[in-house]
Amino acid sequence: MAETSFGITGKGYVIIASDTTSARSIIKMKTDEDKIKTLSPHLLMSYSGEPGDTVQFAEYVERNIRLYQIRNLYALRPSAAASWIRRALATSLRTRKAYAVNLLVGGYDTASHDPHLYWIDYFGTMTEVPFAAHGYGAYFALSLLDRYHDPEATLEEGLATLKRCINEVAQRLVIDPGKYKVKVVDKDGIREVEV
Amino acid sequence: MARRYDSRTTIFSPEGKLYQIEYAMEAISHAGTVLGLLAKDGVVLAAEKKVTGKLLDLSATKEGGYGGSGEKIFLLSSNVIGGLAGLTADANSVVNYARTAAQQHLLAYNEEIPVELLAQRLCDMKQGYTQFGGLRPFGVSLLYAGYDPHYQFQLYRSDPSGNYSGWKATCIGANNGTAQSLLKQEYKDDIEVKDAIGLALRTMSKTMDSTTLGSEKLEFAVLTLDPVTKQPKAKIYRPAEIDALLEKEGLAKKDEDTEMKAA
Repeated sequence: MAETSFGITGKGYVIIASDTTSARSIIKMKTDEDKIKTLSPHLLMSYSGEPGDTVQFAEYVERNIRLYQIRNLYALRPSAAASWIRRALATSLRTRKAYAVNLLVGGYDTASHDPHLYWIDYFGTMTEVPFAAHGYGAYFALSLLDRYHDPEATLEEGLATLKRCINEVAQRLVIDPGKYKVKVVDKDGIREVEV
Repeated sequence: MARRYDSRTTIFSPEGKLYQIEYAMEAISHAGTVLGLLAKDGVVLAAEKKVTGKLLDLSATKEGGYGGSGEKIFLLSSNVIGGLAGLTADANSVVNYARTAAQQHLLAYNEEIPVELLAQRLCDMKQGYTQFGGLRPFGVSLLYAGYDPHYQFQLYRSDPSGNYSGWKATCIGANNGTAQSLLKQEYKDDIEVKDAIGLALRTMSKTMDSTTLGSEKLEFAVLTLDPVTKQPKAKIYRPAEIDALLEKEGLAKKDEDTEMKAA
């Protein structure tokens, strides 16, 4: 839960940000862990939760989305991919050893030319949202996002809003999540940005 | 000589032919014509009904269902209409498979199945019947008239071997050669649905054996986008609507009794 991730949509883009801490018990093991996977040329997924489950599930998703793309010449649209991922989690929930993974799926739909963001938790709940957050950071950031989010914002404005969230969490949360990795997806594809 | 090779489904002849596949295609070339036209703002399907007659009970086709008479044109998914030529019993099985495949995609991805993917699903199945022993291929060719956000309106055709291809205008079943050469002359790239309907009906009236067109010999369907919701809207015409359409296009059969009275 110390892990924090954000998703913000704007005019023609989605920003996905995730902290880079890998911790075990009360010890920081690593501070440069990338917890955002590129699932297809226009699709990002951040993952957090039970260590081990996260990477295992994210790689399972990554391979299956890739397989679909190889078989069918074009990639799944963000809504279709998110629905498939949600179902995979929901199916896993009914097994003896369910994946405990929280996800943000953000993508740019190249068929309808608009950005989409999906918030998914480890119970298999899914909602399409204009902005989202997972982890303790959500308690501080959601009110900020409620106030400052603008669906028509430029990328610079979106990144400024993200910066507000990151700063607030760093200031108020008992444990500072540390550095963040930030990725943007728009009509040109995916790129990493510095904040 | 051919008997040595054609009694089992999946054996190549020395000439490199799969006889059962060719026989299946031959069977389809005697079936009722099905014609498809891709327009800028929609897709049109027209089909010739073979099972007709005064004593045939058509009460079920007048109301209820999706329209049509259930012989040639079927709704496969809310974004795809299928036109089938060939053995009716095989066609029913294929329609059932297509509907299941479409709903499985909807369940897994919460989106309507892309048209080409549905064609692929069916062709994978059809191809299987050309390769395994003790089975015969499906005696059915299909036209898929559909819409998806990837490639908008599309028209595909598949045959018993499991081949499929995309078309602007095409035809399967009896006289498909005549119909296709007519379509080749008349088709324009930027044709609109309202003109495509007329072209489809005129082509059907020229290729069908009977001199007059009527709802008892014709099935008709159009796939367009709903102007309000922007979602695909499939319309399979009911018999009364087909007669009204023929009337509008000036192809309706003349009422002989009235002519007699006039004379």
